[in-house]
Amino acid sequence: MLTASAILTDGLVYAAYLFIVAIGLTLIFGVMKILNVTHGSFYAFGAYGAATAVGIYTNADWPAAAGFLFMILMGLAVGLVLGIILERGILRLVYGKDEVIIVLVTYATFLILEDVIVLIWGPQSYAAYQPMVSAGNIEIGDLVLSNYDIVLVAIAALLAGLAYWALKFTRYGRLLTTVIFDRETAAAFGVNVTLVYTVTFIIGAMLGALGGAVMAPKIAVTLGIGVEVIVLAFAVVAIGGMGSIEGALVGALIVGICRAAAVHLVPQIELFVIYGVMALVLVVRPYGLFVRAQPRKI
Amino acid sequence: MNGNMSTSNGAILAVRDLEKTFGSLVAARDITVSVPAEQTVGVIGANGAGKTTFINMITGHLTPTKGSIWFEDKEITGKPSREITRLGISRSFQVAQIFPSLTVFENMCIAAAIARRSGSVWGNIATPVHSPDAITEAQATIELFRIDQYSDTPANALPQGVRKLLDIGMAVVGWPRLLLLDEPTSGISIEEKFDLMNVVMSALKTRKITVLFVEHDMEIVARFADRVLAFYDGTVIADGTPTETLDNPKVQELISGVRLKTAAGSAGHA
Amino acid sequence: MFLFAAAAAPLLPDWVVSLVTIAFANALVVLGLVVLWRAGLVSFGQALYYCIGAYAVALTARWTGFTDAFALVVIGGVAAGLVAVLIGFLLARYREIFFAMLSLALSMILYGVLVKTESLGSTDGFSVATPTFLGYAPHAQALGLSLYWLTLGVDAIGAVLIGVYFRSVAGALAAPIRDNEIRVEFLGVSVTSIIHTKVVIAGILGGLGGALAALAIGHVDPNMSYWTTSGGFVFVTILAGAGSVAAAFVGSLVFEAVRSFAFDVMAQLWQMTLGSVLLLTILFLPDGLGSLVARLRRRGEAKAP
Repeated sequence: MLTASAILTDGLVYAAYLFIVAIGLTLIFGVMKILNVTHGSFYAFGAYGAATAVGIYTNADWPAAAGFLFMILMGLAVGLVLGIILERGILRLVYGKDEVIIVLVTYATFLILEDVIVLIWGPQSYAAYQPMVSAGNIEIGDLVLSNYDIVLVAIAALLAGLAYWALKFTRYGRLLTTVIFDRETAAAFGVNVTLVYTVTFIIGAMLGALGGAVMAPKIAVTLGIGVEVIVLAFAVVAIGGMGSIEGALVGALIVGICRAAAVHLVPQIELFVIYGVMALVLVVRPYGLFVRAQPRKI
Repeated sequence: MNGNMSTSNGAILAVRDLEKTFGSLVAARDITVSVPAEQTVGVIGANGAGKTTFINMITGHLTPTKGSIWFEDKEITGKPSREITRLGISRSFQVAQIFPSLTVFENMCIAAAIARRSGSVWGNIATPVHSPDAITEAQATIELFRIDQYSDTPANALPQGVRKLLDIGMAVVGWPRLLLLDEPTSGISIEEKFDLMNVVMSALKTRKITVLFVEHDMEIVARFADRVLAFYDGTVIADGTPTETLDNPKVQELISGVRLKTAAGSAGHA
Repeated sequence: MFLFAAAAAPLLPDWVVSLVTIAFANALVVLGLVVLWRAGLVSFGQALYYCIGAYAVALTARWTGFTDAFALVVIGGVAAGLVAVLIGFLLARYREIFFAMLSLALSMILYGVLVKTESLGSTDGFSVATPTFLGYAPHAQALGLSLYWLTLGVDAIGAVLIGVYFRSVAGALAAPIRDNEIRVEFLGVSVTSIIHTKVVIAGILGGLGGALAALAIGHVDPNMSYWTTSGGFVFVTILAGAGSVAAAFVGSLVFEAVRSFAFDVMAQLWQMTLGSVLLLTILFLPDGLGSLVARLRRRGEAKAP
């Protein structure tokens, strides 16, 4: 009984982490049809930015809540700046090229940014655990949960809700949906697709950075954290379907629970459970769980 | 046209009681037709009348729910399309399906090489593309369709009429005995339609190929077909010489009649 | 080119011999990627076969004590090839991004398995026994040269065979499949079968490359199956372009040279260097170095009387 609830809570927390990290990626792919490897860089920059923020507010002795907010804002700001620079500077040059070429461009950019991190923050690790520690723990029955983890789940739920509301009820959200569905038709109806692209990429960047910022207190902020996140985010997005936010949510939940189950029951398969699930899903539904194939017109 | 189907009575293509349903939707029913070798058959009818379903069943892309199809005295009902291609039935497309990044010659050569190889995995690897045979066939077919001046032009730079000729040529380079043409003049300007069809039909006659062509332009049908099949609501409502069929009051009412409402001489869809 | 490289070897310093050996081992993997790239397919998981080839060699030497280099390389290629045959049935049904992602997932599965397997050294991997050559057991410089010549030999054979393949129907169908797969089917060809063949060829080449690399490096570890390793191979494929067989080898050499140079001159920023090179290549030389060579050659021919 303890194991079951442990799996559930661990799974939920891990799912929250995956969702926050994957939502930006699936958004960018859905709208722009770009598989953005630089997403890992957004995450890393967000984490480093957050670490810096934590350093600042800890030294200045702010209250925990304010510090947390500051950390979040720093993450978003980093994402905003990075997103603008990349979109206007590099991405703009390769719109319209083959999908795979664009992926390689984002891969090249990722490599470059990995070393930019070293240039800015140096090769050492950073610790940003203060928010997590100050949040404390809570005991439910036999389980000890970190309050920070609960906040994480809350943030993920909030993001999901926000995304749902924004897509269905705001003007921009509905524009986005039309472009995701059929870019050509949207353009024919006068939608400024270029502007939609730019804004989407920046939002995606901010979400990626937010993921890093929010995770910074839980991990060691060091070189290479972007690398693993990329494949994880890809797996979640592939499972759920590229461009589908519900898909990312469901994908994150499936992977989260499966991984938690593996960790508690069969630790040997923990690392590749996510890729196994991804391979399995792709075999049955090559476009992911929530996306239909588009038939080719002759 | 009915009667004993154990032999085809000299018919190269024979279908009997052909039917195709998709769930509750009946796309084609009660089709019985016998086509003698080297005949040119025009197939007319509104979109959705069953023409494409008919064609797709012959080429093997759809399996009939009832009935049988015979080609050269062999039953081919339900056979996979790759096998049917190998048996000698070929088709061309309403929108020319070619390889844009290759030249006309390369397009034709690939088609020729494919037609000449055995279908196995090893056959694919062991057969060189630019074998003397393939090259000869490709060149011969290019000349047959009068597009030699475009031989070294990349296919994505061709005028529309030449694209169509290339598309049909690729279907013919392997010497099929039956060719199904899907709207050969669609997308071609009125001035060029007759020239195009002249080239195509004389090429096909030279190779003694039996032809079924789907067309919406009644003048083209009248001019080039030996025989016309009229489709309506999934079945054949008329079958005879062009004059007979096009003068048939039912055909005029259901198919070609609509054409009278549009400007005379235009290639409107029925 | 191969004969020249082979002859030049004894004159070159050890580090050059070593660099070229690794580069040419990797070139085989890249050649496999070129085969797929010509049909419009990119595999982001080619490291799977590279790793299988490497571990096959390492494990065979470890478990059976067999160290003959020729046999080991063949075993590496065969092992990877068998896996490719199996996986090919699945993979051949996908295209574009989905092909890339599925191949990525499969390579990461192997990575996960290897990392968690204590008996295989987990993340540290383990070392590969010193190879022998039909009974001959060289050391130091002679060993380096032997491996060098072996690699060149395998590469030469591979280059010739793949050249023949490119001129065959299956090879020449790469561009048509990329352009208009449906028409290829209508001409009577099973596209799935052709792609399956390409996956297997690429798998065998990847395995051979991995086997040679394992012998040359003397060590195997799970990182050989990590996505960044696959990324490196794709990188070189772009750098080289898909124009010719030679491109794969030239591209690999250039890549290894640039990587070594970047490591030596600016160790902290080698990723940035690589990334910039890739970016510049994509932006200004989209058909890779191979196209540059072709362009120069054409200009040379035009100038000739």
